[in-house]
Amino acid sequence: MRERILTIIEKDSRIDLKELAVMLGKEEIDVVNEIAAMEKEGIICGYHTLIDWEKTSIEKVSALIEVRVTPQRGQGFDNIAERIYNYPEVNSVYLISGAYDLLVTLEGKSLKEVSNFVSDKLSTLDTVLSTATHFILKKYKDHGTVLTQKNLDERLKFTP
Amino acid sequence: MRNPLNDKIVNVKPSGIRKFFDIVSEMPDAISLGVGEPDFDTPWHVRDEGIFSLEKGKTFYTSNAGLMGLRQEISAYINRRQGITYDPAKEILVTVGGSEAIDVALRCMLNPGEEVIIPQPCYVSYEPCAVMADGVPVIIDLKHENDFRLTPEELEAAITDKTKVLVLAFPNNPTGAIMERKDLEAIAEVIIKHDIYVISDEIYSELSYHGDHVSIATLPGMKERTIMINGFSKSYAMTGWRLGYACGPEVILKQMIKLHQFAIMCAPTTSQYAAIEALRNGDEDVAAMRESYNERRRYLLHVFREMGLECFEPFGAFYVFPCIKEFGMTSDEFAIRFLEEEKVAVVPGTAFGDSGEGFLRISYAYSLDNLKEALGRMKRFITRLREEKDKN
Repeated sequence: MRERILTIIEKDSRIDLKELAVMLGKEEIDVVNEIAAMEKEGIICGYHTLIDWEKTSIEKVSALIEVRVTPQRGQGFDNIAERIYNYPEVNSVYLISGAYDLLVTLEGKSLKEVSNFVSDKLSTLDTVLSTATHFILKKYKDHGTVLTQKNLDERLKFTP
Repeated sequence: MRNPLNDKIVNVKPSGIRKFFDIVSEMPDAISLGVGEPDFDTPWHVRDEGIFSLEKGKTFYTSNAGLMGLRQEISAYINRRQGITYDPAKEILVTVGGSEAIDVALRCMLNPGEEVIIPQPCYVSYEPCAVMADGVPVIIDLKHENDFRLTPEELEAAITDKTKVLVLAFPNNPTGAIMERKDLEAIAEVIIKHDIYVISDEIYSELSYHGDHVSIATLPGMKERTIMINGFSKSYAMTGWRLGYACGPEVILKQMIKLHQFAIMCAPTTSQYAAIEALRNGDEDVAAMRESYNERRRYLLHVFREMGLECFEPFGAFYVFPCIKEFGMTSDEFAIRFLEEEKVAVVPGTAFGDSGEGFLRISYAYSLDNLKEALGRMKRFITRLREEKDKN
């Protein structure tokens, strides 16, 4: 049941739990309890809204920053990752394999704000060896949702 | 001028869906529960393979029976799902949709005057195709109280010394009924006793929600008298690719391949390359779509129950077949009023045979939002009908 619940609410966290229970052929109370349990266990970490800020009048700039760091004895990357993710403007921090170590995504009001963050705060951390900042020009797809087009039902209204 | 036409085709009744199609075309804001195809797009990796084949210039005819690579994958797929094996070289024909396979099978098997047993409600093409193949359709009216399954008694009663073929279509369009192993075993006995053949249209085989689909061809003594028809339209959401297949004994397939060769040449090449990818790497897509249909099926049945609308539980395809006899109107009358008053299109059961009278086919190949909106309107509509009835 867990896998199905997670698969469905990952796409639609606002689904009516009564309907979800009907769809899964379960009792509503069981579904509610299961979700509560998964929240408690930290499997469900939050319920967010996917916003295409481009379509609003609000200015936002997003960037991906590749960060190379020196891991610290006894702490690996955890300490430096924490120093970075504590900044509220940082959206996500991933430790990754490959040519650099941390991938940081960031949101700011302007190019300048993002650049300042990188030059003043990120690059000046002792363990940071280098950074490469990529500004996002256009989001085509985010969280599994295509942002650029609307899917119309083009099927014939009646087919045998 | 002389009459340019063939009497048989002129006398074939046009599809009952046509009339509704014309009315709906005048109503751009109508919502529909009337489609018989998946709401999913073909999985991207399958489409991509089709595109790739075009890029590589694979734009020629294939062999008449279809690409050998595809026939091998079909054979492997049937073996994996049903546990029986067809020889890709002699026992499999790739067709233009399951529809062509039905037509070709009937034309290759029937002599003038031989009877074809067609249990209804069913897909619209069996009867006209049987007529065009010079056969004589013998209709069995399946019963609601049997959950629209075919019983051995019904079959026995329909068999005469002219009976040649039984058309078996489960999971069923329009009822959503399935035949489980025990149901098939019971009718297989009758089939073997009377030495008749089966054309088994299993196009909805992957959309079975009560255990895996069982093909009648897997029962003892049945493979040699069964043409198993399937395709990619429903299971892989590939309706527009027009690709299906028929499997069966070499003696019949040989003639079917010959007819197909003269009539069609070969199924579309691009579609065949895409289908290889579907069979090789598409099992997960099929499972995910099945799960999603099943969730919507449960939701629909639940809402019908809340409305107090009588409906047996269908375990296959993506249709429910609720009964509307309580309202004292024909399926046609109900469907037209529902369309005019609430702008929701459903298909009257009679489009699939006289025994569909008193029923509607409602498709759940729609997004949950679309279903919710339509069901809300349906609830309003039947509440109004019940009030009218109470007044009179």
